[in-house]
Amino acid sequence: MPDTATGARIEVEGLTKLFPGAAAPAVDGIDLEIRPGEFMTLLGPSGSGKTTTLNMIAGFESISAGRIALDGGDIAQLPAYKRNLGMVFQNYALFPHMTAAENVAFPLKQRKVAKTEIARRVSEALELVHLGGHGERLPSQLSGGQQQRVALARAVVFEPRALLLDEPLGALDKKLRESLQLEISRLHRELGITFVFVTHDQDEALALSDRIAVFRDGRIEQAGTPADLYETPSSRFVATFLGDSNVFTGRVRDGLLDTGWCSLRAPGGPEGAVALVVRPEHLRLAVPGGPRAEGNVLSATVTDVVYQGAFRRVLVRFDGGGSGQVREAAGVSRSVSVGERVEVCWSEDAGVLVPDGAEPPANQPVGAR
Amino acid sequence: MVSVSPVDAAPAVPAAARRRPRGRPLLLLALPAVVVLAVFFVVPAARLAWLSVSEPALGFGNYTAMASDGVVVTVVLRTLGMAAVVTVLCVLCAYPYAYLMTMVGPRWRAVLTALVLLPFWTSLMARTFAWVVLLQDTGLVNGLLAAVGLGPTRLLGTTAGVSVAMAQVMLPFMVLPVYTAMRGIDRHLVDAAMGLGATPLAAFLRVYLPLSLRGVAAGATLVMVLSLGFYVTPSLVGSPQQSMLAQLISVQVNQLVNFGAAGALAVTLLVVTLVLVAGVQRLTRTGGAPVGLVGGAGS
Amino acid sequence: MRSVRLRRALVAIGVLIGAWLLVPTLIVIPISFSGEDSFAFPPSSWSMRHYATFFTEPSWLNALLVSVQLAVIVTVVATVLGTAAAFALSRTAFHGKGAVNGLFLAPLIVPGIVVAVAVYAAFLQWGLIGTPTGFVLAHTVLAIPFVTVNVGAALGGFDRTLERAAAGLGASSLATFRSVTLPLIMPGVLSGAVFAFVTSFDEVVVSLFIQSPQLQTLPVRMFTSVTNEVDPTIAAASTVVITVTTALLALATALRRNRRHA
Repeated sequence: MPDTATGARIEVEGLTKLFPGAAAPAVDGIDLEIRPGEFMTLLGPSGSGKTTTLNMIAGFESISAGRIALDGGDIAQLPAYKRNLGMVFQNYALFPHMTAAENVAFPLKQRKVAKTEIARRVSEALELVHLGGHGERLPSQLSGGQQQRVALARAVVFEPRALLLDEPLGALDKKLRESLQLEISRLHRELGITFVFVTHDQDEALALSDRIAVFRDGRIEQAGTPADLYETPSSRFVATFLGDSNVFTGRVRDGLLDTGWCSLRAPGGPEGAVALVVRPEHLRLAVPGGPRAEGNVLSATVTDVVYQGAFRRVLVRFDGGGSGQVREAAGVSRSVSVGERVEVCWSEDAGVLVPDGAEPPANQPVGAR
Repeated sequence: MVSVSPVDAAPAVPAAARRRPRGRPLLLLALPAVVVLAVFFVVPAARLAWLSVSEPALGFGNYTAMASDGVVVTVVLRTLGMAAVVTVLCVLCAYPYAYLMTMVGPRWRAVLTALVLLPFWTSLMARTFAWVVLLQDTGLVNGLLAAVGLGPTRLLGTTAGVSVAMAQVMLPFMVLPVYTAMRGIDRHLVDAAMGLGATPLAAFLRVYLPLSLRGVAAGATLVMVLSLGFYVTPSLVGSPQQSMLAQLISVQVNQLVNFGAAGALAVTLLVVTLVLVAGVQRLTRTGGAPVGLVGGAGS
Repeated sequence: MRSVRLRRALVAIGVLIGAWLLVPTLIVIPISFSGEDSFAFPPSSWSMRHYATFFTEPSWLNALLVSVQLAVIVTVVATVLGTAAAFALSRTAFHGKGAVNGLFLAPLIVPGIVVAVAVYAAFLQWGLIGTPTGFVLAHTVLAIPFVTVNVGAALGGFDRTLERAAAGLGASSLATFRSVTLPLIMPGVLSGAVFAFVTSFDEVVVSLFIQSPQLQTLPVRMFTSVTNEVDPTIAAASTVVITVTTALLALATALRRNRRHA
């Protein structure tokens, strides 16, 4: 693979998809600019429109309205096979009647590449995904992880300027997922082309992406770097979708959040109905009556302690109502036990205030989430 | 709050909505086949139905004549009776045979399956001819009957002979669905019933038999339907005096050239067939499984 | 004790039924080598003369040639038309699709004698009785359903993501069909073709009605032989027919197995 290839710029404007018979659009006028060489992840729950968006970029779905541009040129009317974009599917979509090498050769044959050239590039591509010597096997003779590597090789062998990946790791077990995550990351670095990656797995998104666009109900809720999204979510949905959080809902007046059962010092942010989001690792546990830290303090009872190796997850029930979770590094502090009375504290600037637009999912306790 | 799992925020788009009725040009691919079937199957069938109410005079004369003709009524009843006998014979033979198929190892199962498929695939004419040879007065069957002191007796041209020959021709259509149903039965259910105190016979009657009945129903419909319209074997193994509905239709056309009467008989046969198929399908909800095999006998 | 006895009884029944299934298929073979002009079994002398008659007497030889040519043409026509139709129907949704699907199954359900009389009446009017065109059309009608059922089943089990993948990799619709879809549904197409061949090659009832003395298929010739003559040539004809269909099936099975292990 020549590493001189540069990635494509993909621009999406007002992109809309309305399936006939559906009440609401599957994709509802989204705008997104994906920069050359960027690793962009489309993250969201199932049905949020992320896969439909990817399929429209790939050309597998027609668009109802809007514009898709590749390096400035509108490709909305171009059939899929002329778009020259690599594509990796969740279930690999390897052709079962062709060997691994024949699968990888397929896009080159379609482009009428010379036979000797095909042989050379196929073996290079298989080497790239560490599958040299497996070329003569049929997909059914390969493991799931190997099949996905073949799919990756097939998707990049014709040197597309962008690679679209639709939940490529969704069908693999945890160990394989992690090793293939590293593999995909390495491929992205080595090839230098644009990656558009669809997943519903927040950890995967945080680990791999340059930027993430969080989808919800056919719209992009927020787009930004993983750190942006994690540290300063712009909505309660983003805050709860990415990582664990404690959420306190209420109204802000004069810098104080009134939840109805306690009053908390809040950082600057929107007024009115809001949610205060605090990450579990920003909470600390203290012995009641001990030296008080600055910021917010809530009395609580420990309801559960979950040991997770490097850290402990302490679940608590606040005296006023609601529950929360604290994440403590294991071995740093004394372990608390279930039923113990504790104080939960955090500095007021550790939290983020967001508008409380999001209805909490059904069956969730109101108050701290 | 603890680990946030992906929330199903938007209702998933129904799969049916995704499949847009696009690609009309693609539909043109079906056109030649549709035209051939329409012109050379639907049109002739419709014409025949029309002839039955217009030839020789407009009205239901052919149908009333048919219903009041003693010969026709006798033939229809004989056809129904024969179809019933053949169906029962097939059930009685296919059930233990299919059960045996589920009990033996893979090698013997392959042999038993091949024994069923061989006649299924071999020429109907060849098999019918073989039955003529077997059932003749000096044939193998009479030889065997004589050896055990039961013969020789007349077989060719009798309803007994026709039943035995037809049942053999139909047997594959019964064995295959019954075997498919039995293969899907979890043997542990029978063990469980016995573990709960049922005798082997009770376990079979209460658990295994009901579960296998769906296959029996599918096979029985198939055999019944094919038997009702069967022409070749009854005409060659049977006798004109014992003719069945299909033979009567043929006589009306070839000897009497009475398309009106033949049409009325054909429409009657078709209606009975469709009612049978629809009734059993509704009863067992087998969802069209039997049709995949219908017609393989060439009837 | 009980289950052993049950097992023995079952095996005995299985052997009897197996014989019942097998003997009528095979008994024609020894008779075809008989040296006599009767259907006596076992034959008291052996010869090849019934085969000689079969392959030299014009009425038999012509019937065989007509049947083979007809079956080949019907196989090609029905397989092409049926595959195209199955493909179109599996890929489109429209009002009245149920009716069209019913149309494709109807020849399987309607009794053969009804089809025969209906086609006969129509062909009389249209001047197609005893013509090659008439035979091809009638047999094609009977064979198409077997092709659409088999190809439809193959397409039903086909993962359409593969077509998206091919398109994404630069293959046009036609290239995708040729290099991905068709090879993968080939077993279904082959099964359909074998069914189509056997359907035409074996067909008796409709052929009896639309034949003419000048144009007869082999099953029709066999039918008239059983009704009118006591001539063991039909045993030779049966043996040839059984051999042809068995060989064809063995070939189809072998082809499919080969493909799977390729």
